[in-house]
Order: sequence, then C-alpha cells, then structure tokens
Amino acid sequence: MATRLPNVDVLVVGFGWTGAIVAQELTEAGLNVLALERGTWRDTPIDFAPTFDQDELRYYWRHELFEPLAHETLTIRNDASQTALPMRRLGSFLPGINVGGAGVHWNGQIWRFLPSDFVARTHNVSRYGKAAVPDDMTIQDWGVTYQELEPHYDTFEYICGASGKAGNLKGQIQAGGNPFEGPRSREYPNPPMAMSYPPTLFAGAATQLGHKPFPHPAANMSRPYTNPLGVQLGACTYCGFCEKFGCGNYSKSSAQTTILPVLMRKPNFTLKTESEVVKLNLDSTGKRVVSATYVDASGQEFEQPADLVVLCAYILHNVRLLLLSGIGKPYDPQTGQGVIGKNYAYQITSSVNVFFDDKILNPFIGAGAHGMILDEWNGDNFDHSGKGFIGGGYVGVVQTGARPIETHPTPEGTPKWGSGFKQAVAKYYLRAMSIATHGAVMSHRGNYLDLDPTYRDVYGRPLLRMTFDFTDNEHRMSDYITDRAAEVARAMNPASIKVNYRKGSWDVVPYQTTHNTGGAMMGSDPKSSAVNRYLQSWDVPNLFIMGSSAFPQNPGYNPTGTVAALAYWSAQAIRETYLKAPGPLVQA
Amino acid sequence: MSRRGLTAAFAGLALAGLVAAAALHPGPARSQAAPAPAEPQLVARGAYLTAAGDCQACHTAPGGQPFAGGLPVKTPFGTIVSANITPGGIGDWTPDQFYRALHQGVDDEGKHLYPAFPYNYYTLLTRADSDAIFAYLKTLPASSNHPNRDQLPFPFNIRFFVRFWNMLFLKEGPFQPNPGKSAEWNRGAYLVEALGHCQACHTPSNFLGGPKRGQAFRGGAFPGWFAPDLTPNRRTGLGSWSRADLIEFLKTGRNAHAQASGEMGEVVADSTSHLTDADLDAIATYVTDRPASPAVQVKAPEPAVMRQGEAIFVDSCSACHRMDGRGTPRFFPPLVGDANLQQRDPTTILRFIEGGVATTPTPSAPTPLAMPAYGWKLTDDQVAAVATFVRNSWGNAAPPVSAGQAAKVRKALTFGPGPTGAAQQHGRLAHPGPETWSTPNTMSSDNGGANAGRAAPAGAGSGAGNGGSSQGHPAG
Repeated sequence: MATRLPNVDVLVVGFGWTGAIVAQELTEAGLNVLALERGTWRDTPIDFAPTFDQDELRYYWRHELFEPLAHETLTIRNDASQTALPMRRLGSFLPGINVGGAGVHWNGQIWRFLPSDFVARTHNVSRYGKAAVPDDMTIQDWGVTYQELEPHYDTFEYICGASGKAGNLKGQIQAGGNPFEGPRSREYPNPPMAMSYPPTLFAGAATQLGHKPFPHPAANMSRPYTNPLGVQLGACTYCGFCEKFGCGNYSKSSAQTTILPVLMRKPNFTLKTESEVVKLNLDSTGKRVVSATYVDASGQEFEQPADLVVLCAYILHNVRLLLLSGIGKPYDPQTGQGVIGKNYAYQITSSVNVFFDDKILNPFIGAGAHGMILDEWNGDNFDHSGKGFIGGGYVGVVQTGARPIETHPTPEGTPKWGSGFKQAVAKYYLRAMSIATHGAVMSHRGNYLDLDPTYRDVYGRPLLRMTFDFTDNEHRMSDYITDRAAEVARAMNPASIKVNYRKGSWDVVPYQTTHNTGGAMMGSDPKSSAVNRYLQSWDVPNLFIMGSSAFPQNPGYNPTGTVAALAYWSAQAIRETYLKAPGPLVQA
Repeated sequence: MSRRGLTAAFAGLALAGLVAAAALHPGPARSQAAPAPAEPQLVARGAYLTAAGDCQACHTAPGGQPFAGGLPVKTPFGTIVSANITPGGIGDWTPDQFYRALHQGVDDEGKHLYPAFPYNYYTLLTRADSDAIFAYLKTLPASSNHPNRDQLPFPFNIRFFVRFWNMLFLKEGPFQPNPGKSAEWNRGAYLVEALGHCQACHTPSNFLGGPKRGQAFRGGAFPGWFAPDLTPNRRTGLGSWSRADLIEFLKTGRNAHAQASGEMGEVVADSTSHLTDADLDAIATYVTDRPASPAVQVKAPEPAVMRQGEAIFVDSCSACHRMDGRGTPRFFPPLVGDANLQQRDPTTILRFIEGGVATTPTPSAPTPLAMPAYGWKLTDDQVAAVATFVRNSWGNAAPPVSAGQAAKVRKALTFGPGPTGAAQQHGRLAHPGPETWSTPNTMSSDNGGANAGRAAPAGAGSGAGNGGSSQGHPAG
C-alpha cells in the first residue's frame, strides 16, 4: 500500500540536465519544487576527483557512470519482422543515471540547430518538391522556430560557459565562425578552445579546398569562468578523459558544475534520491496528473501528489512512463495512428582514419568538444537536387583524447594479430587521427518505441521496445558526407587513409552516439504530436515533458543544446503564462 | 547562518525569549522576582558579539543543536567536552555568574573552567558586553543536552590545578584601550583579543598550553593543523596581502591569495563574515600594526627530492595549480607566494595533501570546491617530496619536509565514521571506497557542506538505504 505524502507545487521526475534547469527556473518563481531521482547523489569533488577519475577501465569499459542494465534495459530490433531482445550490454548508446544524468558523462558538444531544421518538412518540400519527402518519411515541423529559441540557446550557453566563435551575429557573418549557423544575438561567453595538431591539420586542408572550418562549440571551459548564477568553472586541462567520464576539474558543464550549487541551497527545493517513479497517476477524467508513484531503495511505495509534473527522465524513460501511465495515444505503426512512441530517431555516423608517417600528432591531448568542424554539408546548407536524400551532417576532427585501451588504429592491410599488428599499433598510436561525420536521421513510420510484449523489469512492468533502422535516406546522406570527409583527408597528404562508411542495418553493439530522439514529439496539431510547442502534454495540461523526446526527427547536430533551450523556453512559458492561468497553453 | 539570517533568527528568538522569560517562574525558594524580559537591542547586540566571539564553534557538537555543547576539543592534556550554554545548560545562571565565567574562568559553583575555554581572552570583555551575550544566549531554545564534561585523565581532571595556570597566563581584564593609538585600532584590538581570541590559535603555546611570551601571532601548532603566522612577514605572514585582501578574506573566506578551509573556514562562516565593514576595517588596522616575525632560516632542499617532487607535482597537482603554480585565484589557490604553504611547521599543507581540503560554499561563492586527498595514493616519502617541492619553487622558500613529518600528520588525521558506519581513514575527500561512494536518500540541504551526500533521516519518505553499494547504483 503506497504511503501518501503531502502535496508539492511541482514534481520533477528525474534529475539530470533538464531536471536541474526546470527546478532552478521554477524555484526562482517561488514554487516548492521536489525532484525525484532514482539514482544517487554525486558531485565533483567526491565522485569525479582527478585522483582517480581518469580510469579508462573503470568508466569507459566497465561503464560505472551509466545506467545499470541489470536494473532496467530495453529490447531492440531493427524492424517488425524481428523479435526484439533485451540489450544486455551497453553499446550504441549510453544512458545516464544518478544526479546529473548523462550530462555528467557527455563530451560537452553544445550545438544549435539550423533555422531550417525546425521546419524540416515545409522547407524541404518547398525547395525540392513533395517527392523529396517520401510518404513513409514521417518528418514534421516542430511548432517552434529558431528565432523563438535563440534567447534560450543563449541562456544555456552562458550558464554553461560555452567556448566558441560566433559565425553569424545578428545576420552579419563573422570570420572564423560557422557561416551557416542561425543568427545569434551575441558572442559565446568564452573564446574557442586552443587547438591541438590534428584539428589544426584538418582545418588547414579544409581551408585549402575552399571550405570554412570553425571551432567546435564546446561546453569545456577555455578559461576559468563564473556563470550568471555565480557558479565557478575551471579551465579545461585537455586531459582527454571527457566523454564517458565525470570531470574533476570543474571544467565540463553539467548540472553539478553550473546549476546545482545554487539550486541545492534553496529552501524551496528538495531532492530525494533513490526514489524511482514507476507511474504517473491520472484522475478519473484522464486529463490531469494527480501524483506519481515511486519506490524507494527499500522497496517501499509512496504516492507523491503535485500540482504540476515535469517529466525529465530522458527520452527513453519519458516515453516508457507515458506508455505505462496511459498518457496519450500509443503509436501503431500499422495504422499510423497515435503519437506516443512515434518518430523515434537517432544519429548516423561514420569516419575516415588518417595515417601519417611523418608527423607526431599527440592525440592524447583532448577534450570533449575540442576540434574543427565543417558545416557545408549539414541540414540544407547545400543543394540536394538529384542526390536522393535530404538532411546532412557535420564533418570534422574532434580530438577528444586517445585513451590507451581504446586507441589502436592501424592502416588498411595491417594484420589483425601478431607482430605485424603490434608494430602497427605501436607506430600509429601517435601518428593517426580520425575525421568524423555526424549525420541527421529522418523519422520513418517503421522506427518507433512501444512496450515489449514479453520482457519485464524488476517491478513487473513491460520494458520499452525500440524498433529502429537506418533507411536509404540516411545511408545515401552518410555516404555522401563520408566522401566529403575523405576528400579533406586526402588533401592532408597522409601516408594512407581508411574510409569507414556506415554500412548495413543499425548495429546496437558499437558505440555511436547517445542521441536518441522522438517518441513524444512536439508540434502544432494534437493529432500528430504528443506535446505542444511549449512541451505541454496535449492530453494532460499539468504535465510537461522535457528532453529530446520532443524532437520530431533528429537533425545533424548533437541534441543537448536544443534540449536545454527547449527546457528554458518551456519553463518560461510555465512561469509567465501557465502559473497565472493553469490550463492548455495552446488551443488545439 | 548569514548575518541577515542571524538577525531574523534573533528577532524570532527575542519574541520567544519574551514569552519564555515570562514563563520562567522562580520557585518559592528564591527570593528574587521573575527576570525582566530582555530588551531587543541588548539581545541583538549580544547576537552580534556572540558571532564575533565565535562561541558557536566550540559549543556545538557535529550535527548537534547550536550552543548545546558536547563538542570534544582535543588538547595536549586530553579531551575536553564543551558545555551546553543554551538555557538548558546555563538557564539558571545570573549575569554576575556569567561575567565571572568569562572574566575569571570559574563556573556558577566557583569551580575552575579549563582554559580550552579561552577565558584568558574573554576576560578582556566589558561587563556590558558580557551582559549582552548572556541576554542573547538566554533567548536560545533550551537544549537538555548534558554532555559528560569530565573526561580528562589524572592529574588534569583536578580542576584546582588550573589555579596555577591562571597565575601564569590569566591577566584579568577588562580591555584597556591604548591611548597612543586610534579609536579604530583599539576597536580592532578589542575585537581580536577580547572576542575573536585569534591568538588562541595563531600564537605559539608552551608546554603548559599558555601563549608564549613575545611571539604573538607567529603561528600555532595543533594536532593536524598549523594556524599560520599573522604578522606582516612577507613570506610566512600577511605581508604580501593588501588591507583589502585581508578584509575580503575575513568577509568571504577567499581572496586572490588564499581560501579559508577547515577550522578557519568555520571561523569565517560562523564569525568574521558576520562582522560589519567598519569592524573588519578595525581588525585590519590592529592586525597589521606589529613587527614581522623573524625570517625562517631555510636549508636548501636536496636536488633529488626536488626532482621527485616536481614529477609528482606535474602528474598530480598541475591540473589545478598549473605548472607555473599560479592556480586560478579564488578557485584553485595560487601556490606562488602562498604564505600558508611556507610556514616553518608544514602540518597544514601535509594535511591538505594527505587528507584533502574543502572550502565552505557561501551564497556568493556557492561552488563546492575541494582538493582531493592524496594520502591513499602517495607514500610518506612522496608526500614529503612534493611538499618540499611546492615550498621551494616559484620563489617560495621554506624548510624541507621529511617523511617523518608526513607520517605524523597521517596519524593525526582522524575522521568520524562514514555513511556506512565504518571509520574513514582519509575523510570524504579520499579515494572512494565503499564508505565514500554516494549514499542513499541524500538531503539536498547538505550540498556543499561537510555533510554533503549524507543519508536523509529515517521518515523522510524512505526506508533504510542500501548503504554505500559498491557501484553507487540503485538497489535491485
């Protein structure tokens, strides 16, 4: 029997990046906010201290910072002809857990989407005609514009201390920045990171070919920084242990290093850890969430009532909780009806390895977003006519480090074992680098999330089932931008290159990105979206759903910047409009 | 608590005090009338003076009610436990008795108090200030804590012998202003000597535990700590600090040169950050007006030790403190010219290296900054080498550190039980063994403080947690 607890103004479910953003914004409005996190507390000086933090075996390979699959996993298949099976080892993506969520172990690659990304359907149809968007490519416009989000991108970049160079200031293209980006109102809060040899070589070759390389926008500090909340971050040391690791130098933006020091002191904010929300409870009309049921570490159940619930549990858990709680109409891929679980998307990546005999690259010098990028083939930055795909991605060298167990590139033709292999590994560790491509995934009617019919979690609830594969659109696009990457690689005059196209079906085994998106998408029409443009549930107006679950499809950039901008945009709507008159913010 | 919070707190307490005082009926055995309710201004003044005197630091046990006593204070003679000075402990004292305690170091029954209670400084307080402090303490919520205060071994448990200590070291007050100095200097002297009792830590003491004559403010040694030289010595004292540096430090706990931590962090948080700007100015005037301590003779360190220390520094320290030792002011303290680093007695920096150190977050500087502990990673030789290296690089010069000194500090570092109940060898800043990994059901209000990550009390919506699970993951 669940113990019923006293009501709170706002319940935040999950305490990662968006949980921290929303809790900070709503406590500022004077509300009593309670956050429930199923994981544990963690903070920089205790959990990521540099005395032990750069431990590749413990964190990179043994996954200490990531979601423990023994507690919860999902089942995966490429398409409906297959039986989905539980993912028993993390591979393709690495969901987080514990306070700060995946924001603790991300690289800090902090992007804005293009203005055209937010109107992908309208834009592509108007430029290339209806045939450019096949019937089963279920992309949609977002219902919000880049211009509306611009101030919130800016807010997040300043909270984070993002390091970069503006490419478009209020419409004026700036040398050294991304000439394709949407207009921004002011410069980055910190200058770009200092570039090591590999991104410098790449940028030189790219420039010779007539392209416009620019520094990767980085939530790694290029210098000590105090953010608008008074929270201090340290200068990045380029230690090369960013992605998959916590940062002990206070130099990677995360909830801990940007918001929590201020938020946790507030008397109107409470955090309960090891409290796992298992269901959102609706009233008899089904139009109001009245409470969340959660389970604590000893297995006791509690019912937590709240006036307003904000779901911040990461796209996968957001969608699963909606399905388990009976909120919104589940998507049926056969009929195309329903929205919860619809338009799940991901990222398609590839790489070109570049080998030198005559250069020492010191690849171990690295940081999560330390690199030089080309945006010429992202979004609709180039003419897609006749190419057979829409969308694109960025191409660049992001030197995140060269951790020793992970890093052993060898040129084409190297034996896969034995003394020849060992010689090549020893020689090329210091002499190899990689150009990466990071491409968009358009939504498809066959790519979706639902509840598994067979497999259940420790509480007896069905696991989430992911049905996903790349389509021809993605493969054509990825091959195209991989060829562009190979051109730059050759222009670097290397000893050899190795072009690694992304081939075949999506494979859950090798790590690619943790850029899962969709399943509770935003839009202008309740028939084809789960949340309105303010991330408010169409079905349950006192429920807001944060995260990349809102994306109708996934553009060619990392999602966190947009996830955060949407959180700030939504929080502003809650503060300025919803609180004054609780109810639907958009009339359907 | 911030000054504003303190003021708000007293306002509530004063009202409570008015009600409580009315309820405090003396029994028929006493001939006096019920005490008149305290005036709000007197209580407010008393609250300020109590903060300036930092009574809370000693009279509060960890996790205990403020001023309710029970804190064990280690002295070379044994452990002394502080008294409950809420109305539950001294509620039936008179103002005369309270003044006698501060002035002469005796309690309401005339028994000697141990000079761990620094009455040899508080004796300088005026009677009016004593009354104000007493009036404030009377407004505190009464705690029924009655700690066992007689824990000293023979012969120190015989309080009578304190009389002899007093003959040597107690010069009864009140404070006599120096007519040759400004009013501001005298106010500073009163704040430092009568209230702040800074010399109790920052002046060397002799084997009897009394201050050494003629060595005022030249630094004091304690188990696991060395309170640094506060004379104008440019290397070991405050000589390279500006007046503004000193005031900023006392007010906020940090300046471009240093950050308060540990004991001094508490002093800033509980005491000096509550003082008015005028009082901080006065303290600066007084503290800076004295001769510098003599330069410490420094034997040049061995080149082999410096090479070993440098190698360790590059690997383990330079990420924050930088290769040039300049750190990031007000964040990662600069080591260049750092006075605390160059004390003749290296205990404090050995403690920092072996046990780590955390600064106390404040509303204006909320980031919970800490240096991790290296004691589990470095041997005594290695600790000594890196300590010698930083003490003698970038223009620093201080006596080399020996492995024996590092070993002694390692033994002196004792921390209470960790979240699972097991004693922690190096405190919460060490290598995260099971006792330092994240704990269940943590309380948000603890973040940034010494208790960050501690388990929420039972009944806060959760049952007994899965203490210190080896992966920091939820149960199940």
